[in-house]
Amino acid sequence: MSTARRGISERVQKLREQSENTEPSISIQRAALVTEAYRKYVGSVSVPMLRALTFKKINENKVICINEGELLVGERGPAPQTAPTYPELCCHTLDDLDVISQREKISFTVSDDVKAVQEQEIIPYWQGRSMRDKIFEQMTGQWHDCYQAGLFTEFMEQRAPGHTVAGDKIYRLGMLDLKEEIAAELNGLDYRSDADAENKGEQLKAMAVCAEALITFARRHAQKARELASIESSPGRKAELQQIAAVCERVPAHAPRTMWEALQYYWFVHLGVITELNTWDAFCPGRLDQHLEPFYREEIKAGTMTREKAKELLECFWIKFNNQPAPPKVGITLKESGTYTDFANINLGGLKPDGTDGVNELTYLLLEVIDEMRLLQPSTNIQVSKKNPDQFIKKAGEVIRKGWGQPSVFNVEAVIQELLIQGKTLPDARCGGTSGCVETGAFGKESYILTGYFNLTKVLEITLNRGRDPQNGKLLGIDTGDPRSFESFDQLMDAFEKNLHHFIDIKIAGNQVIEKLYAEQMPAPFLSLVIDDCIKNGRDYNNGGARYNTNYIQGVGIGSITDSLTALKLHIYDQNKFSWDELLAALHSDFGGREQIRQFLIHKTPHYGNDDDYADSIMQDVFRRFHRLVDGRKTFRGGTYRINMLPTTCHVYFGSVIGATPDGRAAGSPLSEGISPVQGVDLNGPTAVIKSAAKMDHLLTGGTLLNLKFSPQVLSGEKGLESLVHLVRSYFRLDGHHIQFNVVDAETLKKAQQNPEAYRSLIVRVAGYSDYFNNLSEQLQNEIITRTAHSST
Amino acid sequence: MSDRGLIFNIQRFSLHDGPGIRTVVFFKGCPLHCQWCQNPEGIGVNRNLFRYRDRCIGCMACQDACSGGAISITDSGPLIDRAKCRLCLECVTVCPAGALEAAGREVSVSELAEEVLKDRIIFEESGGGVTISGGEPLLQPAFLVALLKTLKEQGIHTAIETSGCAPCQALEEAVLWADLILYDLKLVDAGKSSYYTGGTNALILGNLKALVGKGRRIRVRMPLIPTINDDRDSLQQAAFFLREIGIDELELIPYHNLGTAKYTGLDLEYKLPNLRELSPGQIAAVKSTLNEYGITVKSEV
Repeated sequence: MSTARRGISERVQKLREQSENTEPSISIQRAALVTEAYRKYVGSVSVPMLRALTFKKINENKVICINEGELLVGERGPAPQTAPTYPELCCHTLDDLDVISQREKISFTVSDDVKAVQEQEIIPYWQGRSMRDKIFEQMTGQWHDCYQAGLFTEFMEQRAPGHTVAGDKIYRLGMLDLKEEIAAELNGLDYRSDADAENKGEQLKAMAVCAEALITFARRHAQKARELASIESSPGRKAELQQIAAVCERVPAHAPRTMWEALQYYWFVHLGVITELNTWDAFCPGRLDQHLEPFYREEIKAGTMTREKAKELLECFWIKFNNQPAPPKVGITLKESGTYTDFANINLGGLKPDGTDGVNELTYLLLEVIDEMRLLQPSTNIQVSKKNPDQFIKKAGEVIRKGWGQPSVFNVEAVIQELLIQGKTLPDARCGGTSGCVETGAFGKESYILTGYFNLTKVLEITLNRGRDPQNGKLLGIDTGDPRSFESFDQLMDAFEKNLHHFIDIKIAGNQVIEKLYAEQMPAPFLSLVIDDCIKNGRDYNNGGARYNTNYIQGVGIGSITDSLTALKLHIYDQNKFSWDELLAALHSDFGGREQIRQFLIHKTPHYGNDDDYADSIMQDVFRRFHRLVDGRKTFRGGTYRINMLPTTCHVYFGSVIGATPDGRAAGSPLSEGISPVQGVDLNGPTAVIKSAAKMDHLLTGGTLLNLKFSPQVLSGEKGLESLVHLVRSYFRLDGHHIQFNVVDAETLKKAQQNPEAYRSLIVRVAGYSDYFNNLSEQLQNEIITRTAHSST
Repeated sequence: MSDRGLIFNIQRFSLHDGPGIRTVVFFKGCPLHCQWCQNPEGIGVNRNLFRYRDRCIGCMACQDACSGGAISITDSGPLIDRAKCRLCLECVTVCPAGALEAAGREVSVSELAEEVLKDRIIFEESGGGVTISGGEPLLQPAFLVALLKTLKEQGIHTAIETSGCAPCQALEEAVLWADLILYDLKLVDAGKSSYYTGGTNALILGNLKALVGKGRRIRVRMPLIPTINDDRDSLQQAAFFLREIGIDELELIPYHNLGTAKYTGLDLEYKLPNLRELSPGQIAAVKSTLNEYGITVKSEV
């Protein structure tokens, strides 16, 4: 696919090809600079200042890269597709590097030089000192057992707390303005009566060092651009390089005046954030169309900008994101997020701070950019308000139905209500949006941290086994009694809740320790510059400095656990079809010799996702218990715990650690993803799926993820596009948080043909008629596959 | 008035049977038996038993449950001796794998209304509603009218999809309660119609003319069947008839063979196994022929 040349101009096409075709590799430069800085400063300065001086060291010394033809400059590593490492967080062993370079998926080239530096410089200094080592050391045996068993994952064990998004401040204030704010706060510190004044002072001074470091980094790019200009033979490119130099002199020191400066400023900030630490990189410009619109409007009016030029700049901007693979992950963290993709997710549309329709000319221009670029990063979404015109959804729908997965679709009214329920002000909520996968946040003002996925179905498995993990016999949970003795379904649910409570307690106890470690040892003074109110509070982003602080636990597999519980309720308690003995024996044997039972469980049980209250009410019950047990707890840094419901790739990993389940799922198979139904059981079509999913109270979450799969024909033509709009509007009227349309290609249809059970709900449309792919004869399936291959361009 | 009726399917998220997103209810039973029919389970007025050989796991539960000794499990799944089968459908209840399925379920008007109203929000957002199709909905006229009245009371947009092969009076009454009539026009030639659909079309054409005469809102749809009604003569006849009664628009429903596997599942013979679907070029040619005769092809679904 990467052979197609995409982009508005030759330059964009070349840069895009470079981005797509370069193999990701590891750069050791950052690790070496961090190690040098730590050797020099540890013990002689405060921790925030240590982090600031480390940041400064990197920005003053890392290789400056200006790629041929590009207009926006700056890479995280020395070149596109080079990923630095973060030994202060995770110090890779030589074995890790071998695995990283040799694994089949998500591999990185690791040169011998890199290995040598890792062995001689990095490992000797960082072994035992990295956050990963400290975290694992401080976790209890119980925590380790649960972690290894796959009850939950831990986001901070090798990546720093992230999941925040830039607000609009950088388009109004330069780094020098922020330094003035810092100076004012420093002046106002009351050392006599504020016991914390000393710490605040150190934090503020560290922030000032970081602001200056980023200016230096930009000026080094200006210098490099001037050097390149002096030897450039093409007059056109020479002028561009001079322009780049001028832009990099202006920003980030001062506020931007043009769209070019605004984009370059954001990009330096982005690099600052992801260079300072390897935050789970949901960091992104957020509401990009709204931030850029004033610049665009002014420049168009002044005649200094054309639509095409703006588009070219935006496409250059897109490529910058795609040039940065997520830092290499290892262990369980790789399993929960098995992708190169980091999670920048740009928001389009939505509302303006005053509550009026936020769709503007740039919204539509950006949709064209998304379509033309077809890059995995940055990911994109549309924020749909009831105040936005249908035309907006239709334009996005034209991109969506091409079937490569972007943009996803969010409900502004739900997002705002979620934020208000969490205590944000209305203007802050309106300036918020969604980031990462589906996570709600007050952009520019909130530290919202995903702490780990939580395996709801595993808790059921352990409950059914009297607190033991049947995979290894260890007692991990609470022995709530032999299920054979449960007289009612309610008794089973109570036992499940006891174990749920138990494991959530273990997860949160671990989180508190980790949060404290980050607050004390790994502050992020640069990130703190751009997130309000860290400067005003004189506190770090990782220590509760932001205006809002939220921790999330992400529930996984709601479809699988619902269907499992539904089967138990129906067949054991309501219809007496099976005894506990029969069912438990079937589960323990992974349905060996009991295919009849498995088939019965699959085919004769109502499933979540079919708008059937029998199953859907159990989903609601599980959701409420999970919510009740997590929501409102306090975090170490003064924030609040919330839940959200999303999996990334964790449903596959979580499934791999669970034996057979009462929904007929075989041992080790993936769980359901997001809040989508179990794969292939939603047989009543997409309207039934959204009805079922909307029975969850989305407003109590910080995000839910719903995937709908279609064949391209279903959404074809004007009627298909209108129906997409109507599905979105209907789901959002029911307070659904997010929906994405998975438009399947011929490849998927072939898989469906080979593995029909897993694709029972796949709808295909041929000529004026839609049907389940599974229902068709092989001959017809082949015909549709052929046709699909032709139509899904 | 009959409160109960027999249906064989409810299909939500239907985009091509009237405006918006619709739920289509398929009434069971049809006076015609068109050779190209892709819903053969909709023809009979009793329930039907489907067998799916691919799904059978060979557990013998159906064979054991069949009191009439009509089922035997073979290498190619369940075989049904249709002469012995009394349609008690116990086999469907016990089959764990969905290899035996019933077509046809009796429902009351209120049960059915409750089920289709589940998508009310989606109807409201999309300007959709409920389409009663079949089979031939007018084969259960009292049930049909009762359902239409109930839905109308609920403010739901309704459509009927009819072959027109029904007593004029019944049709006229039902039409009063529906917001839209989707009227199938297959063949105008009496001989061909009788041969391919098993019914004379005097009634069908007469009813259409009568309804149009009374100013009812009707959308005429033509299933376009290759070699049967896509030839110039058939198209010309259809166009002349339509223009004569004052209609100049037509929707085309190109033939598809998505339902042929159903014939095997019901142990019925499909009489047109060699019929191929029309290419876009062929469909375009039909459109232009119809245009020549003064008929606008409104859309192709």
